[in-house]
Amino acid sequence: MNLKLIGGAAALALVSTLAFAGSGAVADEYKWMTFAVFGGIIALTMYVTYWAARQTHSTSEFYAAGRSVTGVQNGWAIAGDYLSAASFLGIAGLISLYGYDGFMYSVGFLVAYITVLLVIAEPCRNIGKYTLGDILAFRNDPKASKTVAAVSTITVSTFYLTAQMVGGGVLIKTLVGIDYHVSVIGVGVLMLTYVVFGGMKATTWVQIIKAVLLVTASILLVLFTWGQYGFSLPGFLQAVVVDPKVQAQVAKLVGDAATNMTPEELGQRFLEPGLFLKNPIDQISLGMALVLGTAGLPHILMRFFTVPTAKDARKSVLWAMGIIGGFYVLTLFLGLGAAINVGPVDILALDKGGNMAAPLLAQYVGGGADSMLGNLFLAFVAAVAFATIVAVVAGLVLAAASAMAHDIYVGVIKGDRASPQEQVIAARLSSVIVGILAIAVGIAAEGQNVAHLVGMAFAVAASSNLPAIFFTLYWKRANTYGIVVGMIVGAMTAIGLVMISPNMTYPQAVLKEARKVLQGEPAQPAMQARPAQPASSLLCELFALDGCVAYTPERAASAEKPAKPGAAEKLTLLNEKLATLTDAKDIAKVKQDIVATEKAKAKAESDLRKFDGQTTSMMGLEKPFFLLKNPGLISIPLGFLCVIVFSLMFRDKRAEEMWDELYVRQNTGIHAEGATAH
Amino acid sequence: MAKTAMNWAAIDADPRFQTLHRKKTAFLWGLMLFSVIFYFLLPIGSAYFQELFKVKVWGPLNIGIVFALSQFLVAWAIAGIYARRANKEFDAMAEEIIRDAQHIK
Repeated sequence: MNLKLIGGAAALALVSTLAFAGSGAVADEYKWMTFAVFGGIIALTMYVTYWAARQTHSTSEFYAAGRSVTGVQNGWAIAGDYLSAASFLGIAGLISLYGYDGFMYSVGFLVAYITVLLVIAEPCRNIGKYTLGDILAFRNDPKASKTVAAVSTITVSTFYLTAQMVGGGVLIKTLVGIDYHVSVIGVGVLMLTYVVFGGMKATTWVQIIKAVLLVTASILLVLFTWGQYGFSLPGFLQAVVVDPKVQAQVAKLVGDAATNMTPEELGQRFLEPGLFLKNPIDQISLGMALVLGTAGLPHILMRFFTVPTAKDARKSVLWAMGIIGGFYVLTLFLGLGAAINVGPVDILALDKGGNMAAPLLAQYVGGGADSMLGNLFLAFVAAVAFATIVAVVAGLVLAAASAMAHDIYVGVIKGDRASPQEQVIAARLSSVIVGILAIAVGIAAEGQNVAHLVGMAFAVAASSNLPAIFFTLYWKRANTYGIVVGMIVGAMTAIGLVMISPNMTYPQAVLKEARKVLQGEPAQPAMQARPAQPASSLLCELFALDGCVAYTPERAASAEKPAKPGAAEKLTLLNEKLATLTDAKDIAKVKQDIVATEKAKAKAESDLRKFDGQTTSMMGLEKPFFLLKNPGLISIPLGFLCVIVFSLMFRDKRAEEMWDELYVRQNTGIHAEGATAH
Repeated sequence: MAKTAMNWAAIDADPRFQTLHRKKTAFLWGLMLFSVIFYFLLPIGSAYFQELFKVKVWGPLNIGIVFALSQFLVAWAIAGIYARRANKEFDAMAEEIIRDAQHIK
């Protein structure tokens, strides 16, 4: 029966994608190649699921693949779980648009694994079973700690999941033109098939397959791009510096300061910090959430329960660090390669966030938009991006479902008295519920700004899960009170601060921008250069309080600017100009301008309609009250502090009595959950 | 494996376990502290020491890029140092305690 269902799901996913393909980055005549590669990947993962489903009967097999995954396999699976489309396409895109600053993200994602290796992996393998809740319930009150752990796990996973579903839907639409709803449902059905039938074993192998594909694609792209320069680092960077497309992008980014710079200086500026990340305190806040958040992500934590021993957990982090680090070094070449070969203008034309940098680079190195090989490469990269989304989403759903079934249903509601059969049914049923919810949320959130959700997931994990795990493992005096209060305060602070931060949509600012597009801008007098100005106090760096002077970045001197016409007037001017032109190249350029202006006009008009009459954000604010985009700087220390303070305020006999056992077991692995024989 | 009752307090108090605990704690804190400080030098440097980051050392290659790339090497080195010590020393010490665990009363 399973085989039929799995095959049916695969066919459904493939047929639906074929039927609804519209226009995208891949040209219509080459789409069959993308679908062939898609189909190949789906067939392979379905075979793996069929094979895994026959070995998945018990809870340990469903949640932890029978603890039979080897260290090396788990290392690849961690990389597959962690390298989301956001990092593959997003970071390469950021580097292709902003140079150095994009690469700074790459560094944080690898350094995060030092915390995982030194603090989390081995102790969690030694005392854990399936979930974050199991670790916290070891010493603390089981029902209370399992409840908060499950809520936190589901919260973090939902944020991450929504970002992946929405981002993935948009991405597949941009790449191959498949309708948004169809791709969200397609991703959802595939992921559900893996998780429900094959459990952790299938999920693990889907992640391994995806990681291998991703790494292969990246290495090939870098070989082609960097190879042109004989693998010389200064030679490659020199090509970036002298590239006119890069110079034009920097000139656009630095604005008026560009007038005093030579082309070489502009190009060199691309390799220097400060084009994207402008607020230093925000950067440090982001760094804290990245480095500490990874260790608290439930779907990463869960991976450590799949290996037989703590030694294998250690080995898996080492492999993961090798793969993840190697991949992120490659992003430098992918991003800069896309900048010089494709150019920021063409990348931005397809996607504002730069997500199309890597796919377009693939098309370029294969021979360009009209070549067979170029489109085969593009098809391959598109299919890898698709596999990436499915693999990450599967891991997230499994983590959320385990919190729901194992922590809440079995642990809290049944008081740990559920038959093995009942537990497996609960696990599968929860996966179906979470999966369907993920599809529903993905469809409901269409068109929403979800970019801040991944950052929020990391911030909550760092402010809530990490302090709880850390003090449970390493501090004798920690107890239920501290853990529960710390987790709630940490998570609420992180979420609350984001809700009042610049990440949210503020109608007044949107309306002002829209009016600028439609009505044009008045002439501006010449302005003098002004250095960056610090805020009047540290508190004023963080909050928009009364009497505060906020931080302002430096401004270059600018010449007098003439008035800019509104969109309608600009279109008339462009059309008049078009009529006088004869050169084919000029005509094409003006036509492009007309299309862009029409797009901007339509967007501004729809914004005006959408936000007409609104003055405040969904939190009732006219402008951000919290001035950073990342809440980590405040919420992480607060989470840690609350665990300490509330643990000290109360005493919990069980937490202290269990300390010796926990500490000995986490260090030695005595009585650790064993592997199930197969 | 049947799980026999253990005297956890006695194992915790055992001098061999205490040695393992002391060595491991000092080592882990040292590595962790170093890696956190080294990492945060990157956002701090790129924000407050831009002039230093812009200094070119090899063609267009500047200190900023060299420092960012060095983060990868340092992260791998820390992982390597930890794995070496854990594989060689901590595992053996834990192994000995596990062997005797049932007899420590």
